Amino acid sequence: MTAPPTEPPRQPPPQSPWRIVARRLLRNRAALLGGGILLVFYFVALFAAPIAPYSPYATQSSVPDHPPDLLRRHYAMDVGKRYPIRFFVRGDRYTMWWFIKSDWHLFGLEGGAADNVRLHLLGTDRTGRDIFSRIIHGSQISLSIGLIGIAITMTIGMLVGGLSGYFGGWIDSAMMRLTELIMSVPDLYLILALRAAFSSNNPLLLALLGMEPGQHLGSAQIYLLIIVILGLVGWGGTARVVRGQVLAVRDLDYIQAARALGASRPRIILRHVLPNTFTYVIVAATLAVPGYILGEVALSFLGVGIEEPEPSWGLMLQDGQNLRTLTQAPWVLAPGVFIFVTVFAFNFLGDGLRDALDPKAVDQA
Amino acid sequence: MLRFLLRRLFHGLLILLGVSFLTFFLINQSPGDFLDRKRLDPQVPREFIEAEIQRLHLDQPWPVVYCFWLKDIVTRLDFGRSFEYKQPVFDVLAGRVLNTLILSFCSVVFAWMLAIPLGIIAGYRQYSLVDKTASAVAFLGVSVPNVFLALLAIFLAARTGWFPTGGLTDQRNWPTMSTAERMLDMAHHLILPTIVLGTGMMAVLMRQMRGQLLDVLQADYIRTARAKGVGERALLLKHAVRNAINPLITIFGFSLSTLLSGSVLVEKVMSYPGLGRLTVDAMFNKDIYLVMASVLVATAMLVLGNLIADLLLAWSDPRIKLEDRATS
Repeated sequence: MTAPPTEPPRQPPPQSPWRIVARRLLRNRAALLGGGILLVFYFVALFAAPIAPYSPYATQSSVPDHPPDLLRRHYAMDVGKRYPIRFFVRGDRYTMWWFIKSDWHLFGLEGGAADNVRLHLLGTDRTGRDIFSRIIHGSQISLSIGLIGIAITMTIGMLVGGLSGYFGGWIDSAMMRLTELIMSVPDLYLILALRAAFSSNNPLLLALLGMEPGQHLGSAQIYLLIIVILGLVGWGGTARVVRGQVLAVRDLDYIQAARALGASRPRIILRHVLPNTFTYVIVAATLAVPGYILGEVALSFLGVGIEEPEPSWGLMLQDGQNLRTLTQAPWVLAPGVFIFVTVFAFNFLGDGLRDALDPKAVDQA
Repeated sequence: MLRFLLRRLFHGLLILLGVSFLTFFLINQSPGDFLDRKRLDPQVPREFIEAEIQRLHLDQPWPVVYCFWLKDIVTRLDFGRSFEYKQPVFDVLAGRVLNTLILSFCSVVFAWMLAIPLGIIAGYRQYSLVDKTASAVAFLGVSVPNVFLALLAIFLAARTGWFPTGGLTDQRNWPTMSTAERMLDMAHHLILPTIVLGTGMMAVLMRQMRGQLLDVLQADYIRTARAKGVGERALLLKHAVRNAINPLITIFGFSLSTLLSGSVLVEKVMSYPGLGRLTVDAMFNKDIYLVMASVLVATAMLVLGNLIADLLLAWSDPRIKLEDRATS
């Protein structure tokens, strides 16, 4: 209604591919929901220490297997002193990001710290540790493993696939045979075999970490080890698809042009060939992250991953293995809900990304 | 056909050889062996340990030990003995492998029996109540971790008493049961593990079935069939589903790896006497030959499963010729 009638209707300016993808993504409610949940989770993981009301290690022998305060309807009247729930209260001391020392927490019981009275939103475990705080601190481990693991896998996958596709010949055959080999073993068996290989007394591993023989691996080293192990498994699929795509573009005109202009091989591979595979890699990566989160859960659950007292979602679920704990304190399963929601969110986002990046999809503007 | 089979079996054999080498290499990366515990035990005479070292060639580097292991297999079909169970490994494995096969088979049947009809209804009546419910359930099913679902199942079993909380048989009453009772007892024990292990696969298959059917129903030949008066029922079952189902068979091949990995966790949580639990224990007890055998068996199951998937695909889709696939 603003355009004067004399002017012909103007074509909308052509949109960049990323614009189109972003617009499609924003229109997909499921993907937005998934992305939103993940943003919140990763934000919480980043600021875990102040957001969690208590330290993940603080045990309280007076309240083992305390039921969740969130669900309780009836409270026994206590001595009569009130501990109101307030935002920004002082509590357990912590160090955030290795250098910020503080004792401020997002919420907690006012005056609770002095009398050692605590609010347990999701209950406590066997040793009286606050499960909610442990879940929040555990998210740092569980959520970061997914991202770093996928980065390692995708790098290996793109390198192997890119090199085999570009060079062909015996390099290609050798790499593809290796890929086939790794893909023929069920994933968890391979992960466990790798974990057995890199057990804490492996001299090579200790040398790499700069440790003395006989020294016990610290929690940070085990964390790194698990990421590397998970990253070493599962690059086979990526390598194969990337190889196929590289084979498809390798002899296209623009690659030949680049070659004719004297571009070096690494430059051609990195700047001209691999970017063609990015859309596939982004989607595959998003959909694969849950695999790493579940891999950590599996390892920790089987007792060969993250070790006590570190909080990790898989390790916390291990408490449910005990039938008595499971029936009498079922809230120890709470981390499972968080694993579930995370996986769910990644699946939503991945599906949305795949639809948005699909070049064949028709846009109804 | 026969040539294709032979080729694939030979290829599978090569893969098993490679996997066995890789596994042996990995297991031998961390120092120590199962004798370590015996060495610390003053009850065990030194001569015994020396004899064991000689017998098992433990004083040699690992590639040599690997060759001895391989030689025994080729010449005598001897896969070695388990140190923990003091039996030939296949005596230990046989029952466990069968149990894992039973569980996997039940899960696959459960997944397909539910996924195919539900997927067809959901695809045929898009956006109906059935479709929406099924899609929601599928999304939940894809995302729920096996471990968590298994723990929930145990919780349900313990709270209600409807199902046993673990195992495959009722140990106490087993000897006095008749064959029919034993079958029923096993079926009763299998219900929960089957549902737990099959849910993820069912969800994936159902979503695929729905999506494929939606694609196929758009095709020209469906419109043609409808125009020439083919009944809706025949149209759906004979024309559409037959064409929509092929990608699912490929997925079946891919999903076997997930199934075998998942069964390790489900077996652990639900104390199911299967291959997965045995392997985990063997790996950390340094029971080398047991680990080798169980990894090989798991790999063989995967390789054979993929072969079966390919055969099924060729049978279901006449456009696919096995010889072509073998060379590509």
